Amino acid sequence: MRYSGFRVLSQGLLGNRGWRPAWRKPAPKPAYDVLIIGGGGHGLSTAYYLAKNHGITNVAVLEKGGLGLGNVGRNTTIVRANYFLPGNSEFYSHSLKLWENLERELNYNVMHSQRGLINLFHSDGQRDAFARRGNAMLAQGDDAVLLDRDGVRKLLPYLDFEQTRFPIYGGLYHPRGGTARHDAVAWGYARAADQRGVDLIENCEVTGIDIEQGRMIGVQTTRGPIRAKQVAIVVAGRSSQVAAMAGMRLPIESHILQAFVTEGLKPCIDHVVSFGMGHFYISQSDKGGLVFGGDLDFYASYAARGNLPMVEHVMEAGMTLMPMIGRARVLRSWGGIMDMSPDGSPIIDKAPVDGLFINCGWNYGGFKAVPASGWCLAHLMATGAPHQVARRFRLDRFATGHLLDEEGTGSQHNLH
Amino acid sequence: MRITCPCCGTRDRREFTYYGSDDYLNRPEADAPPQAWDDYLHNRDNPAGQTRDLWYHDPCGTWIKVTRDTVTHAIHACEPVAAEGR
Ligand SMILES: Cc1cc2nc3c(=O)[nH]c(=O)nc-3n(C[C@H](O)[C@H](O)[C@H](O)COP(=O)(O)OP(=O)(O)OC[C@H]3O[C@@H](n4cnc5c(N)ncnc54)[C@H](O)[C@@H]3O)c2cc1C
Ligand SMILES: [Zn+2]
Repeated sequence: MRYSGFRVLSQGLLGNRGWRPAWRKPAPKPAYDVLIIGGGGHGLSTAYYLAKNHGITNVAVLEKGGLGLGNVGRNTTIVRANYFLPGNSEFYSHSLKLWENLERELNYNVMHSQRGLINLFHSDGQRDAFARRGNAMLAQGDDAVLLDRDGVRKLLPYLDFEQTRFPIYGGLYHPRGGTARHDAVAWGYARAADQRGVDLIENCEVTGIDIEQGRMIGVQTTRGPIRAKQVAIVVAGRSSQVAAMAGMRLPIESHILQAFVTEGLKPCIDHVVSFGMGHFYISQSDKGGLVFGGDLDFYASYAARGNLPMVEHVMEAGMTLMPMIGRARVLRSWGGIMDMSPDGSPIIDKAPVDGLFINCGWNYGGFKAVPASGWCLAHLMATGAPHQVARRFRLDRFATGHLLDEEGTGSQHNLH
Repeated sequence: MRITCPCCGTRDRREFTYYGSDDYLNRPEADAPPQAWDDYLHNRDNPAGQTRDLWYHDPCGTWIKVTRDTVTHAIHACEPVAAEGR
């Protein structure tokens, strides 16, 4: 069923009795050409692009819970292409271009809103670094504008420009940056993949990976064994456990990241604003809630909830930057499990076992990557060669020293 | 979350800095193969459940090996790293 404004209108008049479930609930078949482990954003987009770009439709996505209940539905929805390093820059640029056509592509309203993103800076040195980053973004073909203090004041008059701890010197403005509705992205890809014949199998946890003579031949699941020619591990925070089923030990440590949302308010924050010095960033959802967050809790964790010290720190940073939010009441806070890599950049590669692929290491920036990650993993699985924009996301780059350390903080998992 | 420093007693988590898995205690010999260094620096078991990792007590400078649960955040044991002669 195609969605359209006309259909919304006619269904409204007919009492909304004509809507159908957005995807089927098939039972798993005994064998597929391709299995994707993990029904988050990356797994679903991989399945979609396998079908759409490469005509590979004998595919199942195996999800241990429900679709879209992992990090894809827990993030703070920022979509941007403001990376600096060759390797990252072209990848996120490609992803943003896919975002810009995603709603037409999927026939689904993902509420992609290019409201502009402003990264604040607070010293001369930081200004130089941001000017350089902005130039790299322009050289990549994306957009960036270096704002001085008055330029920031014009866009964000509500910031505290008098604070002395981190005086605001200016900001790097990325007009094409913005937000999207996170669940809608998962649902949109799920529906579009289903329409192309992909089986989406929920409540199906993978418990083992079968290997015979160095070759992957299928998986064991809570709904029985399933054979396959190719399997991709796309399980974000659970990457280490699933990879261990194939005897792999990954360069990943799982960490917790928290986020917060306030009660709905009238529109007051029109952009995405990030305050790196204080570890705080914020945007306002279309429902009116202020959505904000900060840094990792900093210790390895699989609890999808955080501790209070980081809550306090984020609130303090928010009050330092924009005291006007002090009266807003926080409704909810939650945490997600982040697959942190030692250089802060992702992995899209073949695994050492034949027929097995791995997509992980998204840290806290994997939502904006959902379209390009699926695009590139599908390309790798279908053609056997890495996609041009993802060729540096190699699993062996840590051993060979070809790190992609965007923040320049060194190889410690929690520092990115 | 509260961690017990062997010198100072049980203190708020905010007084401690997390460093990483206790793999960092098994530094390879200088002439070890690159694979051993890759494992030491980058690769982790990353268990969901009991883990052992290194924390630093900022006020007193003690390195502590903490046995804890990554799913429940329960802390089971805290030993000084120095006791092992490192
Ligand atoms: C608080 C927070 C804020 C964030 N903010 C941003 C942001 O603003 N911008 C941005 O770009 N990114 C952000 N991120 C990061 C982003 O959400 C993640 O990098 C991305 O969603 C991870 O990929 P995914 O969607 O595939 O993961 P998930 O949705 O977590 O998908 C993985 C799936 O694998 C399933 N799975 C695990 N083990 C198994 C198994 N054994 N068998 C079957 N299935 C299994 C899980 O149930 C899960 O559904 C944020 C994350 C958090 C937590
Ligand atoms: Zn102490």
